[in-house]
Amino acid sequence: MIVLDSIHKSYVTGTNSLHVLKGIDLEIGAGEFVSVMGSSGSGKSTLLNILGILDDYDSGSYVLNGKKIKGLNETKAAMLRNEMIGFVFQSFNLISFKNARENVALPLYYQKVSRRKRNVIAMEYLDRMGLKDWADHLPSELSGGQKQRVAIARALISNPKVILADEPTGALDTVTSFEVMDILKEVNDQGITVIIVTHEHDIASMTRKIIRLRDGIIAEVIVNGDLQLYRDRVLAE
Amino acid sequence: MFDIDIWQEIFSTIRKNKLRTFLTGFSVAWGIFMLMVLLGSGNGLQNGVREQFSDNAENIMWMWTGETSIPFKGYKEGREIRFNNEDYDYLLDKAEGVDQVSARFFLRGDITYSYGKEYGSFTTSTCYPALADMEKIKISSGRFLNDLDMMEFRKVVVIGDDIRKALFKEEDPLGKYINIGNVPFMVIGVSHDPRSQDNRQSYMPFTTAQRIYGGGNRVHTFAITTEMVQTAEEATAISDNIRQQMAMRHSFDPTDQKAMGSFNMLTEYIRTMKIFQAIKMFVWIIGIGTLIAGIVGVSNIMLILVKERTREIGIRKALGASPASVIGLILLESILITTIAGYIGLVMGVGLMEGFNYALEQMISSGGGDQIFFRNPTVDFGTAISATLILILSGALAGYIPARKAASVKPIEALHDE
Repeated sequence: MIVLDSIHKSYVTGTNSLHVLKGIDLEIGAGEFVSVMGSSGSGKSTLLNILGILDDYDSGSYVLNGKKIKGLNETKAAMLRNEMIGFVFQSFNLISFKNARENVALPLYYQKVSRRKRNVIAMEYLDRMGLKDWADHLPSELSGGQKQRVAIARALISNPKVILADEPTGALDTVTSFEVMDILKEVNDQGITVIIVTHEHDIASMTRKIIRLRDGIIAEVIVNGDLQLYRDRVLAE
Repeated sequence: MFDIDIWQEIFSTIRKNKLRTFLTGFSVAWGIFMLMVLLGSGNGLQNGVREQFSDNAENIMWMWTGETSIPFKGYKEGREIRFNNEDYDYLLDKAEGVDQVSARFFLRGDITYSYGKEYGSFTTSTCYPALADMEKIKISSGRFLNDLDMMEFRKVVVIGDDIRKALFKEEDPLGKYINIGNVPFMVIGVSHDPRSQDNRQSYMPFTTAQRIYGGGNRVHTFAITTEMVQTAEEATAISDNIRQQMAMRHSFDPTDQKAMGSFNMLTEYIRTMKIFQAIKMFVWIIGIGTLIAGIVGVSNIMLILVKERTREIGIRKALGASPASVIGLILLESILITTIAGYIGLVMGVGLMEGFNYALEQMISSGGGDQIFFRNPTVDFGTAISATLILILSGALAGYIPARKAASVKPIEALHDE
C-alpha cells in the first residue's frame, strides 16, 4: 500500500537548512494498523505530511497504492488526497459554521456528488458513528468525542485506502480516547490502512505496529501482539 | 461553480460578518452613487446649455454693418458700409463654406398691423425662406415663405401666434388679408415659438419688403449657416474668409470691427461642447477614483477574511479542494458584495437624478424654467450598463489578490497554528 524508499526532506529558512527526514525506508501493507511515535522534532509530522500528500519530499520515492507520488501540481494532489486519504486531526478541524452532516458530506462535494446523494451518504456514516440525532448540530454544540467521531465519519465518507490520524486523541480524555481508538480499530477491521501519529504510549500500544522515529530516521519498529495487556493495565488504573 | 453549495458558503460567511460586509458594500455603493450623481449633473448642465443654443441652428452666423473706424485706401474713417443684393448673390453662390443665406431689410419705426377693427404694433422680420431652418421657426398652421414668394414679390406674411390672437381671436387667419403699414398682405401661415420670444413677430419676403418700403438694393443684415465643421478653428476660418471678401467688396480694413460685425455661433458651440467633454472626463476620473477607494476597501476586507479563514481553507484543501475551487469561493463572494452593493448605489443614484428631473420638468412645464441652465440630468442606459460592467470587473479585481492568497494557503501550516 505504502512504500517509502530513502525519503529525504529538509526545510530551508533563509540561509539555514534543516534536514528533517534523513532517509526513511518504510513499507506499510494494505490493512495495517500502524502508529508513528517520536519526540517533537523527530520528523513525525513531516512524515505524516508527506504520506498525506500535503507536502513534497526532496529525494527518494513514495509509492501510494502503486502510484508514485512526486512533484504533483496542487489540483492533482487535491484529487489524490480526496480519493485515497482520510484525515483525522487532533483539533478535529471541523468547519464551524457547518453542521455535522454538512461537515461529513464535504469531501463528496469535492467529488461533485449531488447534494441530495451526499447528504444521504453522510447520514449513513453519522449513523455508524452513533451520531444520527446530532446531524443538524453545529460543531460548537458537540462534545470532544462527538466532534472526533464526526471527523472520522468525514474521513471515511470518500472510501479512502488510508486513514491518517494526527494525534487523534490528543485533545480527549482517556475514556473518550479509547472510544475513538475502538472506532479506528473497527475501521481497520474493514480493511482500511490506519496510520496514527501519537506520542502517547497507551494509544500506540493499541496498534499492531509501532514505528519509532528519532532525529529523522526510523529508530525501531515494534511489531506488537502482546502490548494489548498494556492497555488493560492502563484501563485498570 | 454556480451550484447552491458555494452560495450557501458565501451567505454563511456574510451572515457571520454583517457589519463588515455592510461597511464594505457601503463604500462601493457610495462610489457608484457619486459617479451617477456626478455624471447626471454633468449631463444636466450640458443639456441645459445645449437647450440655450437650441433657438437657432448651431452653425448660424450673423453679419451686420456700421461705420468704418480705420482709414483705408484713401478713405477716411466714419464712412458707412452697406450690404447689398450683390452681396447676397455672392454669399449664396461663391463664398466658401456657406450653406444657406438669408438677408434682412429693417422696416423703419413701429408698423401698425390691422385686421377689421383690431390693430396692434408688431415686429416685422424680412427674410428668405432659409431663415426657417436657421432660426428653427415652427409653423403651427399654413406654410412658411417659399422661393416663389421671393421671385414674384408676393405680398404674403407669416404671423406669430400672439399677432394671430390679437388680430383674429378665434378666427382662422389663413388666406385673410391684414394691413401692414397700410399695405394689404395675405396671411399664409402662423408661427409659434415654444419659448414665446418670437410670437410677436411676423415674417415677410425680403424682396417684397425691399421693393414696397423703398429699400433699393440695400441689405441691413445677413444670417447664414456655415458648413458643419468639427473644430472651432475651421469655423473661425470660414467667418474670417467671409470678412476678407466683404472687406474687399466694400473697401474697408478687414480688421475694422466697426465697419462690419459678425457673430459665428458654431465657434462658440464647438468651444462650449469641448468644455463639456472635459467636464465629463473629469467627472469620470473623480467617479472612478471614488470607486477605486471602494474597491480597495473590498479587497482589504477580503484579505482579512482570507486570513481569518486560513484554517477553514486548509481543511478544505486537505479534504480535496482544488486551488481553482478556493479561488472561485473568494472571488464569487467579492463579486457578489460589489455587484449587489454597487447595484443599490446605481439604483439610488439614478433614482435621485430621475426624481430631480421630474421636479425640474414640473417647474419648466409650469412656466418657471426659463432661467434654468439645467435640463434632463439623467444618465443614459449605456452608461449605466458600462458602470455595471465596471462594477463586476472591479469585484473580480478586488477579490483576485485575496483569492490568490487563499489558494496558496498550505494545509499543513493552516492546520498547525493552534
